[in-house]
Amino acid sequence: MSAYSVTEPTGRSKLVAGLLVTLYAVVTLLPLVWIISTGFKSGPDSISYPPKVVFDPSLEGYVNLFTTRTRVAAEEFQNLPPPETWYDEIVRDSGMVIAGPSRFGERFLNSVIIGFGSTFLSIFLGTLAAYAFSRFKVPLKDDLLFFILSTRMMPPIAVAIPIYLMYRELGLSDTHLGMILLYTAVNISLAVWLLKGFIDEIPREYEEAALIDGYTRFQAFRKVVLPQAATGIASTAIFCLIFAWNEYAFAVLLTSGTAQTAPPFIPTIIGVGGQDWPAVAAGATIFLLPVMIFTILLRKHLLRGITFGAVRK
Amino acid sequence: MKARLLAATSAAALCFAGGASAQSNELTLCWAAWDPANALVELSKDFEAQSGIKMNFEFVPWPNFADRMLNELNSGGQLCDLLIGDSQWIGGSAENGHYVKLNDFFDKEGISMDDFAPATVYAYSTWPKGTPNYYALPAMGDANGWFYRKDWFARPEIQAEFKEKYGRDLAEPKTQKELLEIAQFFQGREIDGQTVYGASIFTERGSEGITMGATGALYAWGFKYENTPGSYDMEGAVNSPAAVEGLEFYKELYKTATPPGYDNAYMEQSLDAFKSGQVAMAMNWFAFFPGLYADPNTGGDKIDFFVNPAQNQPASTLGGQGISVVSYTDNMDGALAYIKWFAQPDVQKKWWSMGGYSCHRAVLEDPEFVNSAPFAGDFLEAMGAVQDFWQEPAYASLLLAMQERLHNYVVADQGTAQEALDGLIADWTEVFEDEGKL
Amino acid sequence: MPDPIAAVARATPDPIARKVRGLSDRAIAWLFVAPTIFLLLAINIFPLIWTVRLSFTNYRANRPNEEVEWVGLRNYVRILTDDGIWANMQTTAHFLFWTLFFQVLIGFTLAWLINRKFKGNDLLTTLIVLPMMLSPAVVGNFWTFLYQPQIGLVNYVVELVTGTPASSFSMLGPGGYAPWSIVIVDTWMWTPFVMLICLAGLRSIPDYIYEAAEIDRASKWRQFWTITIPMVLPFLMLAVLFRGIENFKMFDMVVLLTGGGPGNETLLASIDLKREAFEKWRTGYSSAYAIILFVTVFGLASIYVKALNKVKER
Repeated sequence: MSAYSVTEPTGRSKLVAGLLVTLYAVVTLLPLVWIISTGFKSGPDSISYPPKVVFDPSLEGYVNLFTTRTRVAAEEFQNLPPPETWYDEIVRDSGMVIAGPSRFGERFLNSVIIGFGSTFLSIFLGTLAAYAFSRFKVPLKDDLLFFILSTRMMPPIAVAIPIYLMYRELGLSDTHLGMILLYTAVNISLAVWLLKGFIDEIPREYEEAALIDGYTRFQAFRKVVLPQAATGIASTAIFCLIFAWNEYAFAVLLTSGTAQTAPPFIPTIIGVGGQDWPAVAAGATIFLLPVMIFTILLRKHLLRGITFGAVRK
Repeated sequence: MKARLLAATSAAALCFAGGASAQSNELTLCWAAWDPANALVELSKDFEAQSGIKMNFEFVPWPNFADRMLNELNSGGQLCDLLIGDSQWIGGSAENGHYVKLNDFFDKEGISMDDFAPATVYAYSTWPKGTPNYYALPAMGDANGWFYRKDWFARPEIQAEFKEKYGRDLAEPKTQKELLEIAQFFQGREIDGQTVYGASIFTERGSEGITMGATGALYAWGFKYENTPGSYDMEGAVNSPAAVEGLEFYKELYKTATPPGYDNAYMEQSLDAFKSGQVAMAMNWFAFFPGLYADPNTGGDKIDFFVNPAQNQPASTLGGQGISVVSYTDNMDGALAYIKWFAQPDVQKKWWSMGGYSCHRAVLEDPEFVNSAPFAGDFLEAMGAVQDFWQEPAYASLLLAMQERLHNYVVADQGTAQEALDGLIADWTEVFEDEGKL
Repeated sequence: MPDPIAAVARATPDPIARKVRGLSDRAIAWLFVAPTIFLLLAINIFPLIWTVRLSFTNYRANRPNEEVEWVGLRNYVRILTDDGIWANMQTTAHFLFWTLFFQVLIGFTLAWLINRKFKGNDLLTTLIVLPMMLSPAVVGNFWTFLYQPQIGLVNYVVELVTGTPASSFSMLGPGGYAPWSIVIVDTWMWTPFVMLICLAGLRSIPDYIYEAAEIDRASKWRQFWTITIPMVLPFLMLAVLFRGIENFKMFDMVVLLTGGGPGNETLLASIDLKREAFEKWRTGYSSAYAIILFVTVFGLASIYVKALNKVKER
């Protein structure tokens, strides 16, 4: 880049822009910070009136998230052996004993399997289809593309009942595979559309050169196009994962004991008498971490990915 | 589907003859996720020890409970062998063959429904209502009751001011109108440097909240669903002058004596409001009372309980559930054995001591019962005058119609009470016409 | 440049590639597209056809033993003549219009500011996108807590900033705020999505176009309207398309926030549909309802995509 560029913003405009964006970030992150801090509040502090900004941190929410607890009769409570671990102690302080682990661990693991499984499958199928649409004369191309997009317009409820009946017949109801296929079907429209955009931007000259060098189409796709599209694939994967990770409507309707994911579980964590806000907040925080880490790891790709069009002719 | 049902019923018949040889050794019991469910896990350990059957539990949080469980039943799912389902489900579950009819089993095992409180048998077990056809064993009695800040009520300055204003002592209200006065008295008052409010009540829009709250007033005023039970003749019962007055009362209570922002409040919000010290009184299900009493901050000597006050008549809104055997179970023997075990008076006594509301008369009629907990007497009184919503197979449509009409009138300020109840008759008539019952 | 790659390729024989070697472009195209199409046919189209069939019956999924009757267009007539459903459609339209309006406005502005490439812009971008990574279920649930006048954050902050007492208003209660409160939550959550796509659009504009404009002495203002906006427009329209579709069918977040209330003020058509289908179990009726909603989005989206393609061609 030359020393002086007409397109480079001036220092002052940069400063103003930076301040404005920082201001927006502060405002928009406030609710999120509130959620995370609620996870470290004690039960009474979480519903304090008026709200508490400064509080004694407590791990009660996290302990409650991972355990089920029960109340025992007063005399029995007196005779219990002293608490063995720090989390036993926290639970005892609220007059309860730990009855066992909660289902959160299982639900979380289900989310990992289903979320990442369907993301992988969406990207795999989506890249193939996007490449074909981008490079070849597919008959009725525009119609097919619109058809793919249109599947995303269906309200989930519109197909939920037949899917529900169909899954039961096929034994896919409440299974990981069933949910992976379902989320892939929902995500694939986004994947194809985004990826086609990215592949469209890769100059055909690269592949043509490779073909002249004796590559087959397939080799050219694998060795030339895929590496070039990596950034686009990464950012598409983020979007697919965000959807599959957080999906709620189908998860509520189609899963129960075995394959239920975390989103239907978290908002309904009930403590003793009412919603256990610190545990809900703790669940929300832990559940946010994997997508957040995934996004931060792929951050460069996300940002480079969406700037990919910069090489457009 | 029909074949499956047939198989299920014949399996039920067979198991009486076949003996207990071929049973698998696990059972899954489904219920809502709340305090009493944890107590049931503890209680069931005795059953596991005695029978050698391993118990699994699937507890679904309240907001998803109906969706999830009805979904499960409708799909003939085998997740639950035993289900503690809401009282309103019984009509649909009986008519669609989801629940096993228990009469033969009760006769054979000598379990008599006369041993259970009549109101609970009527509400949780029978279909059609009031006939001796049993689809469940009363498991958890429940009604909507009230609790209040005993420590606030006891303060001399508050006592004095109340007496001056209303000419009587500040005490647990005996009528709905007294309740309103007390709530209004506390509304906006400064206590310990905080502005506090009168009462937190149910106003929730989505599932069943406002209906369960408002019927507390409606029943007390004399609201009825039908002029003659079973006739679906609602004109003059649903919208009687007394019912209109009751609904107007509930709106006044909401508008003048509840904390701001409780416009979509149900069990959890009512508990939050009370536990955070915002309100002097709150309504909620008896099921939560043991937990509230044990609360380190607002429980103990700071709390006391009272039954839903009468107005023209004593009345409480019914909650609670019966335990049913799901027709699609592959362990019919085990499921029935659990019911048999659960019905024993000793087990029922232990159930109550752990925080479950037994419906067994051996528990309720024990002279010690009223003193066993600060809310025990109130519970007995409530269960003596409970009324329940429709238990028709189409109860969900009926309930959603009532939710909409009540919320529109009470919270969203649309129309009059008369219009709301007239409209409700129109909605319900349409549902019953669709059902072919009118 | 391709030489070394080709050399590597020749050195590592690829069994799959060898198998595919003989395939024509056309065959590869079909091979690549077929799995996607097949999956969509199985999990979207087949159920959709089933739904269409059900929509002409009085079937109830919770009454398997009842006779299913063919009722022709009765379900459709009932829905289209129901005032309540038209009111729900208007609620949906209000929600759709304002969420898109604010998300585009704020999202584009943010992208435009971030594109100044000030120091730390990529860190801020990563932070800003966090809300959209939360589950709508968590968001809906937690915002009822945030909107609670006495114990929530929103009213507390409003009191701190403006002095209006926190307990004097209720964002989800009567008083007309509720339809706006759901718009606020959705905007909070999804503005980053629009922002990211706008940013992609902005960064796709080659510098030389601006340089040429500068040589022509076009003002910054003129550059913005004649270069920036038209070049970003296709991206912006794509973002609007995706958000529009999502919000038309969205129900989880709003159900958890308001349950459709107060009264029916936030009863989106999608919430009503869910109640009919999975609470009242009027399967036939709700199938017709679903088809009507689907046809509406489909129709609007087809017109929109045509417009989008025109914009792209320019």
